[in-house]
Amino acid sequence: MQLEDLNIEFHALAGAIPAWRAQIGADRLQPVCAQVRESGGRLLALWGSDERANGQGFALHVALATHPGLLMLSLALDANQPAYPDISAIFPPAERMQRAAYDMLGLCAKDAVDQRKWIRHGCWPEGQFPLRKEFDFTQKMATGLDAYPFIPVLGDGVHEIPVGPVHAGTIEPGHFRFSIVGERVLRLEERLGYKHKGIEKLAETMDALQGAKLAGRVSGDATCAYAWAYAMALESMTGVTPPPRALLLRALLLERERIHNHLGDLGYLGNDVALSFGFAQFWILKEDVLRANGALFGHRYLMDRIIPGGVACDLPPQGKARLLAETEKLEQEIGTLRAIYDEHAGLQDRFLTTGRVSPDRAAKLGLTGLPGRASGQAWDLRAQYPCAPYNELDVRMATHRNGDVAARAIVRVEEVLESLRLTRLILDKLTEGPLTAPVPSAPAGAYGIGMVEGWRGEVLIGLQVGADNRIARMHPHDPSWQNWPVLEHAVIGNIVPDFPLINKSFNLSYTGQDL
Amino acid sequence: MSAQLSGILFQLFQSLLVVAIAPLLLGWVNQCRAWLQNRSGAGVLQPYRTLRKLFHKDAVIAHNASPLFRVTPYILFSCMWLAAGVVPVLATDLPFSPAADVIALVGIFALARVFIALAAMDIGTSFGTLGARREMLVAFLAEPALLMVFFTASLISHSTQLPTIVEALAHTQFTLYPSMAFAAIAFVMILLAENARIPVDNPTTHLELTMIHEAMILEYSARHLALIEWASSIKLLAYTTIGFALFVPYGIAEAGNWAALPLALIALGVKLVAAGAGLALLETISAKMRIFRAPEFLGTAFLLAVLGMLIHFLLGA
Repeated sequence: MQLEDLNIEFHALAGAIPAWRAQIGADRLQPVCAQVRESGGRLLALWGSDERANGQGFALHVALATHPGLLMLSLALDANQPAYPDISAIFPPAERMQRAAYDMLGLCAKDAVDQRKWIRHGCWPEGQFPLRKEFDFTQKMATGLDAYPFIPVLGDGVHEIPVGPVHAGTIEPGHFRFSIVGERVLRLEERLGYKHKGIEKLAETMDALQGAKLAGRVSGDATCAYAWAYAMALESMTGVTPPPRALLLRALLLERERIHNHLGDLGYLGNDVALSFGFAQFWILKEDVLRANGALFGHRYLMDRIIPGGVACDLPPQGKARLLAETEKLEQEIGTLRAIYDEHAGLQDRFLTTGRVSPDRAAKLGLTGLPGRASGQAWDLRAQYPCAPYNELDVRMATHRNGDVAARAIVRVEEVLESLRLTRLILDKLTEGPLTAPVPSAPAGAYGIGMVEGWRGEVLIGLQVGADNRIARMHPHDPSWQNWPVLEHAVIGNIVPDFPLINKSFNLSYTGQDL
Repeated sequence: MSAQLSGILFQLFQSLLVVAIAPLLLGWVNQCRAWLQNRSGAGVLQPYRTLRKLFHKDAVIAHNASPLFRVTPYILFSCMWLAAGVVPVLATDLPFSPAADVIALVGIFALARVFIALAAMDIGTSFGTLGARREMLVAFLAEPALLMVFFTASLISHSTQLPTIVEALAHTQFTLYPSMAFAAIAFVMILLAENARIPVDNPTTHLELTMIHEAMILEYSARHLALIEWASSIKLLAYTTIGFALFVPYGIAEAGNWAALPLALIALGVKLVAAGAGLALLETISAKMRIFRAPEFLGTAFLLAVLGMLIHFLLGA
C-alpha cells in the first residue's frame, strides 16, 4: 500500500521511526481503517485527549501500522457530545481501547456492540471522566459496587469458575471467569483494570523531562522499552538526535531487558508443568544477568538508565569483557537447557498443541508482539522500521507458525540467542563518545510519537506538550492491549489446568494496560 | 515384663515414631529435590517449622462451614495415624497387627478421602469442588490398582495380613519373585498418584487451576491446615513403609525377637533415606502430566499389577 492510495494529506513526523500524521473527518475513519486492514495493516493503539483548553473539543488518536510506516490519525470530536464511529468491527483489538476511552474521557464509539465499562469498576461514579481537564484527582469519590455484567454461557452441565483478582501466587491481579463443562473451557472472560493508578492523569502534572521517569514505571519489567519510547517521542518533537554511543547503549540495555525477561519466562514455563529443574536453571541465568546489570549499569532492572537525549549510564571499561564472557556462557547454557526441554517427553506433551492460535485467527484478531510472531505474524519493529542503531544490526526476526505454547517457547529461545548475537555486535561497534545530547524545551502544542520493540511487543508512547514544556497528554500503550483478548480465544477447547501454562506463555502485562 | 505389656509398649513406640518422623521424610524429599535443582533448600526440618507456625495461628473458617469441615482434619489425621500404626514398620508382632489387613488399609485410606472430598465441597467454593472431583477421578483408578498389588503379594503368602506377608517374604528362604517386580513398579506409580506427587499432582504449586489435593484444602488454615499437612506426610510415610513391607521387608524384626529392634531401626532409616532420594529423583526428572493422562498412568499401574498376578500363576513365583 502507498500512502497516496488513502487520499489523505499526511505530514511526516520527525523522529527515529517513519511516521505520518493526518487530521481526518469522522466519516473517513472507517473507510481508512478498512483500507489499511485490507492491505495487511494493523491497529496499534487508540486513545483520546481533551483539547478544550485550546478552544477545540476532544480528539481521538488512532495509530495504525502499515508497511511504509506508522500512520497517526486524529479526529476532532465535539466538546459536548464526543462520539466517533466504531472501528472494532474492522480491528477487533479496538474494542477494549474504545471502552477505556469512554471510561477515561467520555468519548463514545457509536454503534459499538460492546458498550460495557472497562477500566472504571466501582471506584468512580458513572459520568465522571478522570482524564478531562476539569477533573480534580485529589477529590474523594463515592465508590459503588462493580456489578459488571459478564456474558453468561448457558447449557446442561455448564458452570463458572471465578478466578482472582487475588491469586495464590505472587502475580498481578486480574479476574478470569471460566465457563466450563467438566474440565473443558467453553469461554473465558477477562476482567482487568485492578491496577489502575492514574498514570496518564499524573503525567499531566509533570513537565516533559519528568515524564520520562514516569514512563519508565508503567510496566517495571519493560522499563527500558517504555523509557526509550518516551525519549523517542520527546526527541522527535524537539529535534534531538542522541549521540551514537548513547544509541548503541540503549540497544544494549533493551536487549538485556529482553534476555532477562525471556529467561525468566522460559523458567516459569518449566515450573508450570512442574519441571522445577528448568525453573531453577533458567532463573540462575536470569539472576546472573540481573547481577551484571546491577554491577555494570547501577540498576538490576535498568530503571532510569535511558533518558531523553541519551543514556544515564556508561559501560565501565571492564564491562565489555564481562559482557562477552556472559554472552558466551549464556549461549552454552541455553543450548544445553534447550536440548533438555526439546527432549523431555513429559514437557513436550504439555507444550505441544496447547493454547493454539492459528496464523489466520492471529491475523484476524490482531495478535502482536512475541505471541504474534509465534503465530506467523511477522512484525518486529527492529526488523521492519529499524531505527538507529538497529539499522546497522540487521535483526533476524524469530517466527513460528504453530501458535501453541511450544511455539512461543521456541520463539523466546531464538530471540534470546538473537539478542546475544546483537549484544556481541553492539559491543563491537561501541566507540567512545558523549552519552547525552541536550534536550531543549518542546514547542507548545508539539506532538511526538515513540515506538520500540520491547520484549512483549511494540511499546508505543503518544506525547503532546502544552505551554512551558508541560505534558498535555501522555498515552503509553502496551502490546498487552491487543493480546489479552486473544488469550480468551487461545484457551477455548483447552482444559482448565492448562490455562496457567497458556497464560504464562503469553505473559501479558496487567499494569501496562490498566495504567 | 509380660509379652503383652511389652507388645503394647512397642505398639505405642511405633505409633509415636511414625507421627514424629513423617515430616522428616517430607523434609528429606524436599531437600533432595532442592539439591537436584541446584538450590540450597530449606533444610530437612522445614516441615516441622511449618507445622509449628501453623499451630500458632488463628484459624479462619468460612461462615457457612458445617461441623464436617471442622472435624475432617481430625478424622484425616486419625486415619493416617492408624494406617501408619498398623503397618509393620519395625516388627511384625504388634497388638494391632491383626488389624493390618491390606484390604482394611485400603478402606482406611478411602475413608479419609471421602471426608476430605466432602469437606472440600462443604463450603461451596469452585476450587474445592474442582479439587474433589479430580481427586475422585484419580482415586477410583488408584484403589483397584492398589488392591491388585496387594493380591499379588498375598498370593505368595496366602494371606492378606501384612505381618504374614512380611514373615513369608523376609523370614523364609530368600527367593526372587518376578511377579513382585511388576507389582513394585505398579506400587510406585500408585504411591505417586495417591500422595499427590509429580507427575500426577504438584505439591508445591501455587496455580489454583492445576491443583488436585491442594485445591481441596485451600480453605483450611492454622491448626486445621497443620493437621492436614501432617496427615499428608504420615500418609506418604505409610505408603513408603507399606512398600518396604511388601518389596524390601529385610530388617523388620521377627516376632518376639526384641534384640533385632536396633537393627530394624537402622534398616528403616537407611530404607527411608534411599526411598526419599529416589522419590525426589523421580519428581525432578518428570513433568506433571495433563489431568486426562492420569487414567492412562493408573491404567498402566493396574495392568502391571495384573501382569504380576498372571506371572505368579504362570511361574508359580
